[in-house]
Amino acid sequence: MQNKPPAWLDSLVKGFLPSELYEELLGDLHEQFAFQSEEHGAQQARWMYFFEVLRFCRPYFLKRRFRADSKYSTSCTYSPAMIRNYFKIAFRNLLKHKGYSFINIFGLATGMAVAMLIGLWVWDELSFNKNFKNYDRIGRIMVHNGQGTYMTNPIPLAAELRASYGSDFKYIAMTTSTQKYAILSGDKKFFQSGSFMQPDAPELFGLDMVYGTRAALKDPHSVLLSESLAKKLFGDENPLDKTVKIKNRMEAKVAGVYKDLPKNSEFQDLTFIGPWDLLASFMSFMKEQENDWNDNSYKIYVQLAPQVDFRSVSAKIKDIKRKHLDAKRIAYNPELFVHPMSQWRLYSKFTNRQPVMSEQLELIWLYGIIGVFVLLLACINFMNLSTARSEKRAKEVGIRKSVGSLREQLIIQFFGESLLVVFIALVFSLVLVQLALPFFNELADKEIAILWSNPIFWLSILGFSVFTGLLAGSYPALYLSSFQPIKVLKGVNSVPSYLSSRWRMVRLVNIPRKILVVTQFTVSIALIIGTSIIYLQIQHAKNRNVGYDKEGLMAVYMITPDLYQNYEVIKNELLQSGAATNLAISSSPITDVWENQSGFEWKGKAPDFEDNFATFRVTHDYSKIVGWRFREGRDFSKKFSTDSSAIVINETAVKYMGLKNPINETVKWNGKNYEVIGVIKDIVMGSPFEPILPTVFLLDYNNQYTINIKLNQTMATSTAVGKIAEVFQKYNPAVPFDYKFVDEEYAKKFANEERLGKIASIFAILAIFISCLGLFGLASFVTEQRTKEIGVRKVMGATVANLWSLLSKDFVILVVFSLFIASPMAYYFMSQWLQKYTYHIEISWWVFVVTAILAVSIALLTVSYQAIKAALMNPIKSLKSE
Amino acid sequence: MGRSYLGEFEELVLLTVAVLEGTAYGVTIAAELKQRMNNRLISLSGVHIALYRLEEKGFVVSELGGATSERGGRRKRFFRITALGKRTLAEMRQVRNELWDAIPNPSFS
Repeated sequence: MQNKPPAWLDSLVKGFLPSELYEELLGDLHEQFAFQSEEHGAQQARWMYFFEVLRFCRPYFLKRRFRADSKYSTSCTYSPAMIRNYFKIAFRNLLKHKGYSFINIFGLATGMAVAMLIGLWVWDELSFNKNFKNYDRIGRIMVHNGQGTYMTNPIPLAAELRASYGSDFKYIAMTTSTQKYAILSGDKKFFQSGSFMQPDAPELFGLDMVYGTRAALKDPHSVLLSESLAKKLFGDENPLDKTVKIKNRMEAKVAGVYKDLPKNSEFQDLTFIGPWDLLASFMSFMKEQENDWNDNSYKIYVQLAPQVDFRSVSAKIKDIKRKHLDAKRIAYNPELFVHPMSQWRLYSKFTNRQPVMSEQLELIWLYGIIGVFVLLLACINFMNLSTARSEKRAKEVGIRKSVGSLREQLIIQFFGESLLVVFIALVFSLVLVQLALPFFNELADKEIAILWSNPIFWLSILGFSVFTGLLAGSYPALYLSSFQPIKVLKGVNSVPSYLSSRWRMVRLVNIPRKILVVTQFTVSIALIIGTSIIYLQIQHAKNRNVGYDKEGLMAVYMITPDLYQNYEVIKNELLQSGAATNLAISSSPITDVWENQSGFEWKGKAPDFEDNFATFRVTHDYSKIVGWRFREGRDFSKKFSTDSSAIVINETAVKYMGLKNPINETVKWNGKNYEVIGVIKDIVMGSPFEPILPTVFLLDYNNQYTINIKLNQTMATSTAVGKIAEVFQKYNPAVPFDYKFVDEEYAKKFANEERLGKIASIFAILAIFISCLGLFGLASFVTEQRTKEIGVRKVMGATVANLWSLLSKDFVILVVFSLFIASPMAYYFMSQWLQKYTYHIEISWWVFVVTAILAVSIALLTVSYQAIKAALMNPIKSLKSE
Repeated sequence: MGRSYLGEFEELVLLTVAVLEGTAYGVTIAAELKQRMNNRLISLSGVHIALYRLEEKGFVVSELGGATSERGGRRKRFFRITALGKRTLAEMRQVRNELWDAIPNPSFS
């Protein structure tokens, strides 16, 4: 016949029609097709045939087919009764061994939860800044020069970019760096982070406006607020056209409100944007900076024009600065480039003009690897326990097979069971993650949520679960299902052959299992060693002699002119109130180095020596407040009017300058001669992990930004702070009283390391926990296997101690083995890590010894429970069984 | 026990089986119905399901019969109306007639 209906439709029909009806129905279909192709032509008949076939896809036929299959067929895998039975058996098995099931599911869930948390964290890091609409077109101008790579630029650069390279950029906006300003409206005043930006900035970043428009910043007396700040200042009212005051001087009208920027973005804390021109009209120095190519104080953000890319623009603007700088600065070979937004977070560290691995990226790798390892441990465990347990089901396999199960059915059953358990674990792990997220966010300083609506998240967790399930189920599904029923079932009665074959099998199966245990303990031990070394390093830096008295030392930044004018009055009142014992002002707080200078000349300085000093401007009495310890010479004193050209240096500076007799040496700087009057012991001002900078202390009453207050130690701190706050409010009413305790600020310098230590220790504990679960499961499996042997040994006179050591020995050997693998690995990686810190510990041998003792005793404790239980068992019982 | 329910389409199919006396199977029934009902859309699957339901209810019986080349040599299943089927149809007709007679103004159509 020429006209035949499409064959694929026929096979479709065959797929769902009940087999007993197939012949007559297909016959009818074909007959009708033959009529119709005569009547309407072949093409149309085919279409009609297609729809006719589709109409056969009816529940009636499917139902009939199922019914027929489950009634007559021998190998129907989707028979409901059988599926119900599989579920029943699966749950019975889970409930029969509650302990195992708990360990198994809980262990896997923990591992999955940890991996998920880390995965979410990595996702958060990778999606940094992606909230910006023009994410892949935004960049900032950076410069490589002799000393490093910087993101601050001179004001005229922005103008030049606009004038000569305007066609390459859609928007250019110069901004100040984000810092805290006092902002007030009516009687409400807050310290808020903000920045002053040129008018194109809102458009450049594509801010989401709640009120007003992005163009609002063009008016120099306007301000944009973040949604949360607008709420804080004006409640639920429409804040447009309300007036706010910044720094108590700059008045501006609210011209727009933008949606808060998310925590994982560059401008996470930006709560208001002021117009650049407003700031410039108040800051006279900005006028001078306008044509100064040497003053690098501002950031320039750009959005590229559609047709250009970062590389070509960078190549174009590379040499702009050379045209405007003097010969000395050109020698540094300044090289401008546009740094794309996608790289700001993770790829913004440069050494010698080349991008290098940033700390953040290192952390991602570190946590990523840890996450994969913890997950691996949990999976290993899961497989280990599942396979150990499935051994007991050999008999079930035998029986199922003898009553007619096919191997495929057993394979499906075991895979299904394993998947079921994995999915239960998955649900648990999701719950765990949800519960742990608040703590985790606090620890990691993030705002992470489960990506419920993200398909990638679902795909990855489902993919992972299926993978684990299939892997864990592969042993029972593929190996156990191949057993010959007669052997398995007969084995029970013919003890010798059964035992010998079983034993061989057990041995064989135990080798990969031992490898798994070794892997687990290797990871756990390495993590324990790593954590201990991190903590030792932190402790080492904390114990470092800071060289001054942190106790009761308070720092207040002088951010408003009121404070300068009223300083003396404030000082007197505070001293009278008894809250403070002394006050002095200085250029920066003692916990920070704000100023670095070069160009000092002294006797014996090598001509090509490029000097660089930390400079610190102080006033009389300052030394008493922080407690300088003099090694030589004397303090600044009001008795000597010549002290205005005197300096005090620290010990490091003496060494750095190579002075034998520092006192009375003359140092020339900026055309002025200074006399060294004193040398103080080193004080830690920068990072406690870094060497101390050579520091010069000058007497200077003009460039002061910090009031240092020594609290009266005999008064309760809260009372003293209250009194101080009162005085400050009186003389500086425009801003809220904001203060910092030096010891708290100092402690913050350890925050990164402590965070790392905390997270690492959590992982270490989890890893050890998961490993112990695995060991526990394995031990119970092995002791069960050896019940008979133990019984015989007991009858022959073995003591409990004998049996305990017999059973525990194997495991201790495994742990010792892991120790030998983990220790060198941990040693290598931790010494690499310590290299980052100039001021660091040496890894000492006892860390390894303590870890070894710890690991062995934890393993022994875990195994002993099972071992002693088995050893105490009445031999009559163990021998009588079966 | 009350009679099994007979749907509208089932009733039509049953009548057609009676009409086609001896040559009733899926294709012929569908064709007959289509022709008589002004090409109302009749699907083969619908006809078959109705036939199988009628068979389950005992209104028709079936047997496998001859094959033709259009069918690729496959046999067809012929349906025959049973006595129960005939009686049911007759009863339904009677109910309808009585109802028609009870209409007060028979000339409304």
